[in-house]
Amino acid sequence: MAAVSQLQRQFIDYTTSLYNEGYLDDQFTQLQQLQDESNPDFVVEVVSLFFEDSEKLLNNLATALQQKSVDYNQVDSHVHQFKGSSSSIGAKQVTNVCIHFRNFCEAKNLDGCLRCLQQLRHEYILVRTKLEALFRLEQQILQAGGSVPVME
Amino acid sequence: MEMMNICCDQITSSNSKELHVLAVDDSNIDRKVIERLLKVSSFKVTVVDSGSRALQYLGLGLEEDDHSTRFDDLKVNLIMTDYSMPGMTGFELLKKIKNSSTLREIPVVIMSSENILTRIDRCLEEGAEDYLLKPVKLSDVTRLKDSILKTENTGTNRLQSYTRKRKRNDDVLPASVCGHQDLSMSPPSSSQTSPTRARL
Repeated sequence: MAAVSQLQRQFIDYTTSLYNEGYLDDQFTQLQQLQDESNPDFVVEVVSLFFEDSEKLLNNLATALQQKSVDYNQVDSHVHQFKGSSSSIGAKQVTNVCIHFRNFCEAKNLDGCLRCLQQLRHEYILVRTKLEALFRLEQQILQAGGSVPVME
Repeated sequence: MEMMNICCDQITSSNSKELHVLAVDDSNIDRKVIERLLKVSSFKVTVVDSGSRALQYLGLGLEEDDHSTRFDDLKVNLIMTDYSMPGMTGFELLKKIKNSSTLREIPVVIMSSENILTRIDRCLEEGAEDYLLKPVKLSDVTRLKDSILKTENTGTNRLQSYTRKRKRNDDVLPASVCGHQDLSMSPPSSSQTSPTRARL
């Protein structure tokens, strides 16, 4: 069907752009390779956990940085968690911001931390938007009776 | 935690026996991923979220006598633990396991997002089988499985290869205690081969 192949083409192009633009890295591909008929929703499930985790962490970070006396160990611990989870799903840009963020934590640089938090929120929303669009595309393909192309 | 009751799985052919891995990680995302990685590689998997729960599962709180009543299907062939965890770190868990006469033979693999040489060295010296950089890949798990299968196959050789890596042999018991203890009696030789370096 023309509709399905068009959607599949769109899917391939969109996924490729996400990798090329550095939003996702190889770890995302690894996750997709772990998905099969017995676990058809694996990627969506893992990414959903990431979304939940991230929103919590962003809130915790905002709170921690608003304290009169900032506990940088606590801030660093949140960032470390965020770095881990983003790296586990292949959200490369988010991970990169976390790395910078940790440097500012070590230096106890409040300004730097606040800027990184802003950046982090920004990158997170970006990657979330893109992943949601990707999953929507997948659903459209499946609903049109097609199969989701496997990216190498 | 999933525990499957596999009837009468004897250690006859390591190819047909499902190896049981206990995975420890405080991150729910990482737990989900490692569980899937291990299941795809045909391991039986139990996942816990902390070092203390891991020790509970391994029955470390039990008396020495109770060891004999543990069913074969609970037997853990490999422990994979995250390094950075609140409460008990993976390193502390590793130490507790290697210092336990009932658990020391179980290979322990450390997983960490940090590529810190001194940390890696410390873990290997403490008896870790390997140190994997996160995110853990399927190829890491496949490689791990091959090396665990090899050591399971060669019985005595397995324990000799672990004693070579262990620095501590404080509570080495006299040969008469119980069967499996006899095999770990060879003291570390002074000309130790260097521990397996982490594949980075």
